Amino acid sequence: MRPSAEPPTAPDLYDLAVIGAGCAGLSGAVTASELGLSVALLDASPQIGGQFFRHPAPATGAARPEALHHDWSLFTGLRRRLEASAVDLLGGHHVWSVVREGGLWAVHAVTGADGGEERAVRVRARAVLLATGAYERQLPFPGWTLPGVVGAGGAQAMLKSGLVLPGRRVVVAGSGPLLLAVAASLAAAGARVPAVIEASGYLGYARHPYALAANPHKLTEAAVHGGALLRHRVRLRTRTAVTEVHGTDRVEAVTVSRLDRDWRLVPGSGRRIACDALAVGHGLAPQIDLATTLGCATRTTPDRTTALVLDTSQETSVRDLWAAGEPGGVGGARLADVEGELAGLAIAARLRGHPARRGRVRELERRRDRMRAFADAMAAAHAPGTGWPQWLADDTEVCRCEEVTTQSVRAAVTDLGARDARTVKLFTRAGMGWCQGRMCGAAVTCLAAQHGSAEALAEPAPERRPFAVPVPLRALGSLDDPAPAPQTVTTD
Amino acid sequence: MARTPADLVGTRTGPSFEITFGDRPVPARPGQSVAAALWGAGILAWRTTRSGGRPRGAFCGIGQCYDCLATINGQPNRRACLVPAHPGDVVVTQEGHGHASLG
Ligand SMILES: Cc1cc2nc3c(=O)[nH]c(=O)nc-3n(C[C@H](O)[C@H](O)[C@H](O)COP(=O)(O)OP(=O)(O)OC[C@H]3O[C@@H](n4cnc5c(N)ncnc54)[C@H](O)[C@@H]3O)c2cc1C
Ligand code: FES
Repeated sequence: MRPSAEPPTAPDLYDLAVIGAGCAGLSGAVTASELGLSVALLDASPQIGGQFFRHPAPATGAARPEALHHDWSLFTGLRRRLEASAVDLLGGHHVWSVVREGGLWAVHAVTGADGGEERAVRVRARAVLLATGAYERQLPFPGWTLPGVVGAGGAQAMLKSGLVLPGRRVVVAGSGPLLLAVAASLAAAGARVPAVIEASGYLGYARHPYALAANPHKLTEAAVHGGALLRHRVRLRTRTAVTEVHGTDRVEAVTVSRLDRDWRLVPGSGRRIACDALAVGHGLAPQIDLATTLGCATRTTPDRTTALVLDTSQETSVRDLWAAGEPGGVGGARLADVEGELAGLAIAARLRGHPARRGRVRELERRRDRMRAFADAMAAAHAPGTGWPQWLADDTEVCRCEEVTTQSVRAAVTDLGARDARTVKLFTRAGMGWCQGRMCGAAVTCLAAQHGSAEALAEPAPERRPFAVPVPLRALGSLDDPAPAPQTVTTD
Repeated sequence: MARTPADLVGTRTGPSFEITFGDRPVPARPGQSVAAALWGAGILAWRTTRSGGRPRGAFCGIGQCYDCLATINGQPNRRACLVPAHPGDVVVTQEGHGHASLG
């Protein structure tokens, strides 16, 4: 890695630009660099590690950052290789667009902690590896906009990087295996977690014994979380959901109700649990807007998120544009690491014109396919049931940014004839706000499609967003200017 | 058993500087985001919505939901979950789009 003291002399043309410095991006970048490619690694965060290995900034003086992680050695291994490599690490670079320019890729970014510095940076490269990870999928319910209701992954992220908790008594709810990890960390960090409220049953896994047996690591992981939850006396309650949050200006309690197999409420089953925060999420959705804007082919995953279609070498349907980790379907840090290496090997083979080492590639492909099969089994078990819209009240806000209620969305569907998220958006502004539909997209798509055919839980249509992050006008204006050389930013 | 997140990771430095939220001093740890410092002081809301005037704070925690927008040192619409806290930072509740008070 280029030492931070060096003046910003990074070239603007690289063999490979990697977007995202989580497991997938780190692994791809160091693999390609070790094979002789010039590599720029860009991440919005000033720190490497992505979501899984999010850790306190060095200034906090944390002596044991690994206390909030398992598998920490996977990260330290990648970090060591990065430090020994010639990769140019560009931290604090928010990539908002990737475009084809005269046979090369141009990667456009704005700099700063929140992209607010408005310094436009352009990096050109012969190949691009998208390793942008995922974001948490949310489904609305009455009271979910009250302060104290936070994303489950968000609570985990704030804990891992900021060493803080949203409350003292935190209910964890939604669906998916991440909830167990979140509950275990919150409890280890001193919160009381009265219950994990899971909408699905965990028995779904039993239908995929092969995928389970082939992934002993996943079983160990489950056992680790299970043990931690037992130790902290956290109850896992399956086939239940938080259907109401109580409080005026912040969370005071939640109502938890039983669900049937389709996630419809069991009448009269509601029970109140006192708490001062709720950490909620319904699985993760691949972060793929940079790719869909370029027209990359997508597929629907078993839990109805949209992921990129990739070939065995991790290349998207667009030539010289690769992806690794969550953009190809959510599957965890180890899968991301393996896919990053596969992509790095394939890109080096393409650009250097000699074949990658077959043995290593075959071994990595085997591991990837095994982990993908497990991820699919897990996704299928936690796919949202069709009955969840029944939890909504008329005045429940579906779109948090534009404050659009269920009633308005339903009116757009029944009175105005909207049948898809895009039309609902035009009528109501749902999905038009700052987050560009990341928080409400899944819900709006369902509500639009469910009318008329109650059973059809819609697949979120691949959205084309012009920019992956909101871009300051000044940065757009500077597009025609000769781009300044990117500045090399150091991490810890 | 660890009682606080800081104990768990063995943090050696205590809260070592202050920022203000409205007229209230809030302790912050070096390296923390503005949102983390506010959570640490039990503050969960620092924005009111444009039409309903409802309180909001950090939701996604990773820069994607824009619910955590705050006015920091006079600048509105900063994502508090991403902006690192610095000694003496002045954070005020952002009302609506945040431009009303800027004249
Ligand atoms: C909020 C959240 C919390 C999570 N917590 C856990 C957990 O506790 N345990 C667990 O097992 N799994 C967790 N996961 C899942 C975990 O993130 C993945 O399994 C793993 O990190 C995948 O690695 P990756 O490299 O594919 O993506 P990530 O680790 O997500 O890395 C993607 C990187 O890309 C960067 N990026 C994205 N878009 C841009 C852009 N436009 N410009 C610049 N940079 C960009 C991001 O800043 C990030 O650093 C969490 C996921 C989320 C979203
Ligand atoms: S909490 Fe979502 S952007 Fe800051």
